[in-house]
Amino acid sequence: MMKQLVGFLAVVAGALFAIPLQAQTPQYGGELVFTVPSEPPSYDGPREQTFGLIHPIAPHYNTLLRVDPTDPTGTKPIGDIAESWTESSDHLTFTFKLRRGVKFHDGDEMTSKDVKASYDKIIFPPEGVASVRKATYLVVKEVEAPDPYTIRFKLKWPSGAFLQSLASPWNFIYKADILAKDMHWYESHIMGTGPFTFVEHVKGSHWVGKKNPNYWDKGKPYLDGYRALFVRSHSAQVAAVRGERSLTQFRSFTPADKEALTNAMGDKIKFQESAWDCILLVAINHTKKPFDDKRVRRALSLALDRWSAAETLSKIAIVKDVAGIQVPGTPWATPPEELKKLTGYWPDIDKSRAEARRLLKEAGVPEGFTFTFYNRGTPMPYEPLAIWLIDQWRQVGLNVKQQVVEAAAYYGTVLRKPDAFDVAMDFQCGYIVEPDLDIYKFISHDKNDDNYGYYTDRVLDELYEKQSRATDAAERTRYLRQFERRLLDEEAHYLMTLQWHRIIPQNARVHGWQITPSHYLNNQLDTVWLSK
Amino acid sequence: MAVTKETLESIARAGKPRARWLQATYDFARQRPLGAIGAMMILVMVLVALTANWLAPYDALTTDYGAMLSAPNAQHWLGTDTFGRDVYSRMVFGSRTALIVGLGASFIGATFGALIGVASAYFGGRIDMIVQRIMDVLISFPLIILALAVVAILGTGLQNVIFAIAIPMIPRCARVVRSSALAVREMPYVDAARAAGFTDARIVLRHMLPNVMAPYLIMLTAFLGQAILLEASLSFLGLGVQEPVAAWGLMLRGAAIEFAETAPWMGFFPGLAISLAVFGFNLFGDSLRDALDPRLRTQ
Repeated sequence: MMKQLVGFLAVVAGALFAIPLQAQTPQYGGELVFTVPSEPPSYDGPREQTFGLIHPIAPHYNTLLRVDPTDPTGTKPIGDIAESWTESSDHLTFTFKLRRGVKFHDGDEMTSKDVKASYDKIIFPPEGVASVRKATYLVVKEVEAPDPYTIRFKLKWPSGAFLQSLASPWNFIYKADILAKDMHWYESHIMGTGPFTFVEHVKGSHWVGKKNPNYWDKGKPYLDGYRALFVRSHSAQVAAVRGERSLTQFRSFTPADKEALTNAMGDKIKFQESAWDCILLVAINHTKKPFDDKRVRRALSLALDRWSAAETLSKIAIVKDVAGIQVPGTPWATPPEELKKLTGYWPDIDKSRAEARRLLKEAGVPEGFTFTFYNRGTPMPYEPLAIWLIDQWRQVGLNVKQQVVEAAAYYGTVLRKPDAFDVAMDFQCGYIVEPDLDIYKFISHDKNDDNYGYYTDRVLDELYEKQSRATDAAERTRYLRQFERRLLDEEAHYLMTLQWHRIIPQNARVHGWQITPSHYLNNQLDTVWLSK
Repeated sequence: MAVTKETLESIARAGKPRARWLQATYDFARQRPLGAIGAMMILVMVLVALTANWLAPYDALTTDYGAMLSAPNAQHWLGTDTFGRDVYSRMVFGSRTALIVGLGASFIGATFGALIGVASAYFGGRIDMIVQRIMDVLISFPLIILALAVVAILGTGLQNVIFAIAIPMIPRCARVVRSSALAVREMPYVDAARAAGFTDARIVLRHMLPNVMAPYLIMLTAFLGQAILLEASLSFLGLGVQEPVAAWGLMLRGAAIEFAETAPWMGFFPGLAISLAVFGFNLFGDSLRDALDPRLRTQ
């Protein structure tokens, strides 16, 4: 009897443990169908800046390093085709050992020659070849390939963020022979070493990839293939997930979508949420009066009740946390209590707005002063944030009208033309949370075309350099705090709104994918699997 | 001679010192009850727009995050939107936007159309042929497509939306007015004016244009409903007036769609307002057309 009881208990216990164990064991097969709310303008990673390229195309490629796909902070670089690396004692040379047996989809072996050719194209592009992130590699003096399985980067000065910049999901490793023949070939063709091979792209409809049977990471990928559906309409994307036609979407859904899908699908749907390395900024044109006066700029910031908005706007838009210059909750971010000491972040909004009115009066800005706020014609979250901003400024006596400009024309007709606007919505989105990459935007305009405040501030430039070269974490933190105070408080060059918040819907069958603060990360799909 | 019913009515009317406009209104309402209902709806809309400051319990722009997405209740009769703004107040102020755009676009479209139509008929020949071919090209585009194209060129905002809606209306009015103006051109008084040495501009503006008022007024009223609908469509697409201005089309977009299941009042009431306004203008416009242009009479 006792034996039977023990046997029974053993079976029950075994079953109880086996169920979750089985649920976590990756299963092979199936096609991951997901929607992409945009489409790739070309197929060339270093040339483009849209997730419309990353989401369908990243599974065809590897990069030298990648961000650890299991790291929810999205900040830890690990090797992708790099097996290991060393850093010289003067921090000026990084040497990477490459994996052996990595093959392109046509069967040829990938060597350091391919890595060097790919990085030369990114860092030192020839005339007529676009490389939009070239400026983030200014630190690189030279790329060398001393032997087929070693690649070496020589730097001009020490950089604390160099490894992170090599984990860029845009830096696909291309085939050197192809690049030697035609530097533009990859703009319209696919040939990588990634976990999935290319099947077809039907413009306006879909992109299909199938499992690479010769993938170097044995046992992966788990999926037989994937299908990216290009669906711009947000309601159609939600409907596709609800009808299980699409199993996920890797950009974000809204809080309302989450509620509606949860109500409709119950346990057939799950969500992953994270702070998002994207933020809408208010660019204040320093070449226009009265916005050249820092009292006016500070007043614009003081009018904003960010803490209250974090609670209310997060119910209706894809924004949530109050942010300084770094994504809240990540290693370099300023803690909320410290942030509350900055202009525009005071918790007492009445005191803040009284100060805003005083500053406006002192600067000679009359009650009811009217200006136009330019906004990009992208509904979420640009529209709700613009309504919020205009309402907040109204409460300190400013009369603000909104002018919405079509999304594709926005940068060309508004932000890149200093005569065209006074105050406008700007945008910052990073692929990895790293100060060098995130705050580069705010250095002086003569050093950075992406600064739409059109100001020159040598103090900020110097602080940027100092934090970038600091190898000690405490020292770097100190410089970053000084940079933040200068940018957002003392000069109020730019205004931060609220950090975006990612909500990723996943059909309950989807496993093995970890959300990070960037919608450019974790799209190789090598770790993703579907339960039956 | 037999005394007809009409004669008796006219004798009776002559006996009462009723104002001519009042009598005309009375006749119109009696003969065309649907038109009268339409007119009443327009009148209500105009009164609401004029008295919006008194009728609306809240400022249309004031946000109240504590009352976000409230269902209709005693404080907010038609509920609130995602920013806690009172839907009823925004609808009341939205009628102002609808009327400004509707009247502005219709007036500009119909007036320019009438001028072009009359001038084209008056000059005739090659000028008429070229102008009409241009009108043919413009008419070949659906109203909304042409308006979208104009907004794409001019940009968004209240004034641009008025022009964007007015421009596609010009050829439609020009075509209708020209057909009436062709008959007017053959009238002896036009020949007399020409013989007297009046300038072309004077003949067109002083002698021909006043005589095509009937088709002009018909087109004007017909355009009003279309203009309101077009403004709502453009705003719904994000190409019309911009937030935070209160406008019915704007109230239907964005969050109204996103929260359609949980907060249907956000979209339902502005949608109803657009429907009723367009219905009212169409009823009135049709009846006015029947009254002013016997050839188009449907009964």
